[in-house]
Amino acid sequence: MKYLLMMHQPRGTGDYEIFSWSPEDFQAHIDYQNRLNQEIKAAGEWVDVLALTPPREAKQVRAGKNGEPITDGPFPEAKEFLAGFWIVDVDSPERAYELAAKASAAPGPGGAPLNMPIEVRQVMTAAAAAE
Amino acid sequence: MTGADPARSIEHLLRDLAPQVLGTLTRRHGDFAAAEDAVQEALIAAATQWPQSGIPVNPRGWLYHVAVRRLTDHLRSEMARRRREEVVATELWAEWAFVPAPEAEIEPVGDDTLTLLFMCCHPSLTPASAIALTLRAVGGLTTAEIARAFFVPEATMAQRISRAKQTIRDSGVPFRLPDELDRAERLRSVLHVLYLIFNEGYTSSAGPQLYRPDLSTEAIRLTRLLHALMPNDGEVVGLLALMLLTDARRAARTGPSDELIPLDEQDRATWNRSMIEEGIALLSAALPGGSVGPYRLQAAIAALHDEAASIEDTDWPQILALYNLLERMNGSPAVLLNRTIALAMVHGPQAGLERLEQLEDAGRLAGHYRVDAVRGHLLERAGEREQAIRHYRAAAERTVNLPERDYLLLRAGRLASQASDIR
Repeated sequence: MKYLLMMHQPRGTGDYEIFSWSPEDFQAHIDYQNRLNQEIKAAGEWVDVLALTPPREAKQVRAGKNGEPITDGPFPEAKEFLAGFWIVDVDSPERAYELAAKASAAPGPGGAPLNMPIEVRQVMTAAAAAE
Repeated sequence: MTGADPARSIEHLLRDLAPQVLGTLTRRHGDFAAAEDAVQEALIAAATQWPQSGIPVNPRGWLYHVAVRRLTDHLRSEMARRRREEVVATELWAEWAFVPAPEAEIEPVGDDTLTLLFMCCHPSLTPASAIALTLRAVGGLTTAEIARAFFVPEATMAQRISRAKQTIRDSGVPFRLPDELDRAERLRSVLHVLYLIFNEGYTSSAGPQLYRPDLSTEAIRLTRLLHALMPNDGEVVGLLALMLLTDARRAARTGPSDELIPLDEQDRATWNRSMIEEGIALLSAALPGGSVGPYRLQAAIAALHDEAASIEDTDWPQILALYNLLERMNGSPAVLLNRTIALAMVHGPQAGLERLEQLEDAGRLAGHYRVDAVRGHLLERAGEREQAIRHYRAAAERTVNLPERDYLLLRAGRLASQASDIR
């Protein structure tokens, strides 16, 4: 079963807070993420991971009268933004939660775990359910 | 070879030979994981060379020869590595160095393939690993093909297969058939893995999945192979018949946009008659002897559906009787719910609704999402439109299956518009 693990981060000034960390803290954070990615790969559970650019550049687009794009944003009112996500293929929901908890505990300033919220959503399938 | 696409016929030949060659190689040399890699390389070599050079006189011998060479190369570098690590293991080496002439007849031993299946479906493996390993080692599919079938990157599938082989190595299972004592238990996990492969593929087939190997067809092929090796086992017969009798309805099961078409609305003229006949013939040949297990019961139920001209003509009392037996063997929520549907077809929707309530009160359905779908269906038949809509929508919210969700929402929507027409 496939799950989407979405990492949300506070919007702050429009850039990710991580941009203002000390180089040591930043490096520790990146190393942690890389190790987690390696773990997911080694377990044969990897499908994809994507990191997104900061919310400063985010646009919201709607189709206009003739289908033309009308852009809007950025959005100061949004408290949190999607920073990136993993797609994993695991044997159980519990394993998805376990990976999400690891992603959540990535170190922040001073090495303390960030415990950021990770939204876990199951991906729908087209395969028929076993009867 | 006939005038058929030569690349296709080579592919089929290779996939038939794959488990035979791997079985022999593993039996002779012991290292399943290394042998499996070597055979996979030999298959790739054949797939690139044979279309130009033609199929060798002794294709099995050719594959075996190439695989042994690869295995020897692998061992040679492994030895060199160990020598660097100052580990002496020379006796092993002498045994590996033997390479037979390409023409040497490699006797196929049916038991080898069977042993392979038991190994790949070992209970210490997770279902996902067992499926991947079985498709590669016994089915002769490439890692890339298996990865496509499960919509994961090739590297992920490669890692899953290599971990599965590591688990087998660590568990120290010898390469031989399980003892009589364990045989039935181990066969159950083989059948379960084949059943999961079948279900994984039991989806609509058109367009975008063109390059996805057809897993249902592959599961049927592997189950045929198992049936040829164990022709007298009632559950093997049952599983093969169940697959054929279910797959026979595949074309009728989905519409042009992959939408789900329920049994009562399917165009039965498009059911595959020859698969149905084969499934029924298998069942009738097997029926007299032996105890009847869950796969054979499910196949018998599928046969009753396949033989009926319509939902109304279906022999529901007989189906209910079969579900009564099945429920005693396997009280899973899925079986309990299917039996409830049969019960309602025989005794009316009210009886079905009462049964659902009993089951829920007894805590036997454990919040299964299909409870709502079944209740919606029974309420619709009982004329309880508003309630039916509510339960269809609740079911739609909980299913992870996209075509099924769409079906449930459409069903609810249809009822809702009927309700507003009346007002």
